[in-house]
Amino acid sequence: MNAIKGFVLKTISFVTGEDFWRGIVAIIVFLLFWETGSRSQSWFGVAFPWVSQVPAPTAVLQEMYRLIQDPSFWHSAYLSTLRVTEGFLAAMVIGIPLGLAMAVSKTFYGISFPVFEVLRPIPPLAWVPAAIIFWPTQELSIAFVTFLGAFFTIVINVIGGAQAIDVRYFQAARSMGSSTWDIFRRIILPGTLPSIVVGATVGIGITWAVVVAAEMISGGGSAGSVGGAAGGGLGFFIWNSYVGGSYTQIVAGMISIGMAGYLSSAILRKIGEWMTPWLAEG
Amino acid sequence: MQQMTQLSSLAASKPLSVGSEIKVNNVSKSYGADNFAKEVVHNCSFTIDRGKLTVMIGPSGCGKSTLIRLVAGFERPTSGTITIDDKPVTGPGVDRLVVFQETALFPWMTTYDNIMYGPRARNEDTAEMRGFAETLLQKVGLSAFRKKYPSQLSGGMQRRAELARSMINKPNVMILDEPFRGLDAMTKKLMQEYYANLYNEFRRTTFFVTTDIDEAIYLADRILIMTNIPTRVRAVIDVNLPRPRQVENVVESDEANAIKMQALGLLHEEAMKSFARGSKAAADFIDAYSKRVGKQ
Repeated sequence: MNAIKGFVLKTISFVTGEDFWRGIVAIIVFLLFWETGSRSQSWFGVAFPWVSQVPAPTAVLQEMYRLIQDPSFWHSAYLSTLRVTEGFLAAMVIGIPLGLAMAVSKTFYGISFPVFEVLRPIPPLAWVPAAIIFWPTQELSIAFVTFLGAFFTIVINVIGGAQAIDVRYFQAARSMGSSTWDIFRRIILPGTLPSIVVGATVGIGITWAVVVAAEMISGGGSAGSVGGAAGGGLGFFIWNSYVGGSYTQIVAGMISIGMAGYLSSAILRKIGEWMTPWLAEG
Repeated sequence: MQQMTQLSSLAASKPLSVGSEIKVNNVSKSYGADNFAKEVVHNCSFTIDRGKLTVMIGPSGCGKSTLIRLVAGFERPTSGTITIDDKPVTGPGVDRLVVFQETALFPWMTTYDNIMYGPRARNEDTAEMRGFAETLLQKVGLSAFRKKYPSQLSGGMQRRAELARSMINKPNVMILDEPFRGLDAMTKKLMQEYYANLYNEFRRTTFFVTTDIDEAIYLADRILIMTNIPTRVRAVIDVNLPRPRQVENVVESDEANAIKMQALGLLHEEAMKSFARGSKAAADFIDAYSKRVGKQ
């Protein structure tokens, strides 16, 4: 009951706040600028190089209304989400233990970090051709590239977080009789958790960027399919719209990816807040 | 306040003296190699009696923290020996608990979980220990804050939680390195009262380092006055004021004032020496001392 009351109060104070209205006004001005720009083709006799080419927001909105009733669009969204989830979960499952092991063991760090640092600067998209060759199916190659997008960010954050734990916590734990396992479980793991959350939130954003590009380059998964329906994903959906000349569909696809990325980051942030209650204010 | 007075009178009826005896014999400690070695502790000897509260006071930067680390076992002396119950100290041990200047509460645990850390680490999460945790929470005035995280506590509350977290392990020796430094005057006084009550109740051997002479007299059974660096014991003053003590009574008593003037005189001499060697911190002390003595 209190939580609901708190949420309502918070929402009210946010909606009546200056920042909220500033944001609303900014979005309205932006949409007006876009709408008039794209409808009028030229402003005071000057053609706008960008705005006049882009479909108007009202047209995009109409297209989105049509798309949400289109099962093939949802299938594309589902495929991209699935790939992001697969790649992201694999990155978490492999990245967190690897990062912890590197932070805990000097020997392991010495062996693995140089290799890690050589591979890390390679952009995930540079892996696409190699991935297509190495992995048996296109699905796996896209998931692999997606995995790489989140993997390095997560590992770097875990290492940094674990190494930044104050040495006094270890001294205190040892002097109270903690075993090594106990220290790992009750000091290192919770001490690294905030960094894991940060790594995951940043990582899933990169994952969306990577999956879309990988889908565009690889031709959208299942071989032989034409169009987004069979196995494209949102990246291929946009690419297909471009090939087909449907500009409203391109923009609608872009917006839906933006929304999907924002949603997944927001969900992770919520999970993170729930897992690290000590970082909350008050 | 009423409640605390009751607690301390209750404690007075059962003065238990427990813990270990620490002997520091001709200990020296140098840092750096051979010709560049800087001696921080020189031929230092003293005894910390079983169940007594021994306060070490000396000019800032004189090597008090080094002695703490030696007794805690984090570092080894260059020469000399430190024994606890006649057994030489070779490293950190669960019989000694150190409370540092800054709080080292685990930020991801609630007050209660922090206090129960030690028992749980040793698989002693028993009803008896949980009961002891409740007692301690009540004694340090944190019962209502058991579910709060350290970041949600005030500075004074954090120190109290940390005292409780140490006390629950019933260490043979408690080592406190300026635990109330950096607190405002009122909070500090409150902390000293809380701490004195805890000490009266449990009477563990305690090694307490401070730079505050009033704090030293209020808390100590014995005060060790240290020399300037390289440090050794300049004087030992026994404080025989009856326990439980009240801050107000201690400040006003003649005996306490006599001890204070004696200690300040010795500290002044040490400060003069370190000033002669170019210590800026000493200048502030000398200034403050001459104003105070001049007034009286």
